[in-house]
Amino acid sequence: MSAQTFQTIAPRPAPIKTEGVLAWAKSNLFNDWKTALGTAVVGAVLLALLPPLYRWAIANAVWIVDSDVCHAASGACWGVVREKFRFIIFGRYPFEEHWRALLSTTLLLALIVTSCIRACWKPWLAAVWVAGLAVYFCLMRGGVLGLSQVDTDLWSGLPLTILLASLSMTMAFPIALCIALGRRSGMPAIRSLCTVYVELIRGVPLISVLFMASFMFPLLMPQGFSIDVLVRVLAGITLFAAAYMAEVIRGGLQAIPKGQIEAAATLGLSYWQTQRKIVLPQALAMVVPGVMNNFISTFKDTSLVAIVSLYELTGAMGMAMNSDANWRPFRIEGYLFIAMIYFVFCFSMSRYSLWIEKQVNKSKLR
Amino acid sequence: MSEPIITFNKVNKWYGNSFHVLRDIDLSVKQGERIVICGPSGSGKSTLIRCINRLEEHQQGHLTVDGVELTDDVKAIDDVRKKVGMVFQQFNLFPHLTVLENLTLSPMWVGKMPKKEADEKAMEQLKRVRIAEQAHKYPLQLSGGQQQRVAIARALCLKPKIMLFDEPTSALDPEMIKEVLDVMIEMASQGITMICVTHEMGFAKAVADRVIFMDQGQIVEQNNPHDFFNNPQSERSRDFLSKILGH
Repeated sequence: MSAQTFQTIAPRPAPIKTEGVLAWAKSNLFNDWKTALGTAVVGAVLLALLPPLYRWAIANAVWIVDSDVCHAASGACWGVVREKFRFIIFGRYPFEEHWRALLSTTLLLALIVTSCIRACWKPWLAAVWVAGLAVYFCLMRGGVLGLSQVDTDLWSGLPLTILLASLSMTMAFPIALCIALGRRSGMPAIRSLCTVYVELIRGVPLISVLFMASFMFPLLMPQGFSIDVLVRVLAGITLFAAAYMAEVIRGGLQAIPKGQIEAAATLGLSYWQTQRKIVLPQALAMVVPGVMNNFISTFKDTSLVAIVSLYELTGAMGMAMNSDANWRPFRIEGYLFIAMIYFVFCFSMSRYSLWIEKQVNKSKLR
Repeated sequence: MSEPIITFNKVNKWYGNSFHVLRDIDLSVKQGERIVICGPSGSGKSTLIRCINRLEEHQQGHLTVDGVELTDDVKAIDDVRKKVGMVFQQFNLFPHLTVLENLTLSPMWVGKMPKKEADEKAMEQLKRVRIAEQAHKYPLQLSGGQQQRVAIARALCLKPKIMLFDEPTSALDPEMIKEVLDVMIEMASQGITMICVTHEMGFAKAVADRVIFMDQGQIVEQNNPHDFFNNPQSERSRDFLSKILGH
């Protein structure tokens, strides 16, 4: 073999353009005939749907608060949202006291946002919650400090949605943890109890759980003894959400290799130390998407409390529309408006989920 | 002669009803003794050493570790586990904790040691296995050989009297085996009682006081490494040695 001289090869441009709008369209929209066909079909559907939607929602829409103009127009009547805004948001809560609902809900949201920050996951957070909720209930319910009393059956609209969702989620999570651990317990009695719980709750619709909590439970109570309907409904949603969440968490527990638990055992860790330091941190990091799924569906499931005469956002919107014959035809606009509110909350939750997933899985980055 | 630190007396174990994995095991290990256990897969080697810290429970016979008999008594099990360190084939490091946190976990939570002291002791052990500079990385960021050395350091943090090794090099690339064996050889020179399931015959020759050959749940033969390798007594061990040393 003779020695070879090394020669530098001058850089050449790529034979096919891979950057720019045209190149992107070619590789993503018209890659081959099947993709091209798909692009054409989707394009045609969009062309057929978007112009009428635009005409209804924007071009021919009425933005002023005037039901006569709305009846005459062919487009959407966004005036209804302006007219009914406070009824949709606050429902049956006394009009002059709306500021209290606004203030207390802002406080609750601040608590939730604080709890989302990982640096705040410290013991003091529990104390902050207790204090925050105490202030919340004083403000919402009144009867102290010269505030007029507003009974819980008048709590409604978005504040009620946020209250039901956040409290049921915070309470469901620890319950779900215990049930998930219980279903893997070495003790048969605990194991079967947890299994029966999960199967019973999953076997019935949330509506029937709420119905039982609201109407059947009081019948079983002794005379003269009653629990606030809000509390009963909250308990119903919590127990329901916990059953589903428990199964999601159990999935994460199953995924922890046996070797991890053996290693913990050889290091002398007790059962609870092993769960707390080794199993749960890894299992929970794995089930973030599933648990967030539960949270999001619980948030939307709160709309079912309308059947037991509590008017959260959806119920309040329906009531605001039905109570006024002038505006009744424009419920679609009302529904779109609350759909947007639901979307903002759910989308924030799913973005948060992605973020926290990255945070807790940092150790997997190489 | 010191008292044996581990005694197996007619120990039997079954998996389920029919798989008789350990059969009438009689074995006594002296303090500071270094033992290598070898044998074909399924012969019960791993099960034998896993009985010593009760990762597996035996159903018949008596097993005593440093004066404590292993029974269902949780207190006794905790007692024994404090004296016995273990290194696994698959390392079993905790992936969500840094290397340092892997080492300090047990001293801090079981031994109630203050964090600062636990950190210092852990760094000493990491230096001993020559990996101190990786202390703040996560296990998955290390190579297999480095992970196994961390696992050894983690076990050493408990100041065990006995170290168990369950095929510590079987999951490693050939070039990483040496760095782990070097650490183990160094440990062996420091008087700790070691029981090691391995097929690294070079390691057995270099450090073992005794080689135990197992097959089908029984101890077939035990001898010092020189005699075991040069003059195996049973047909079965001759056959096994010819297979693993043949190439």
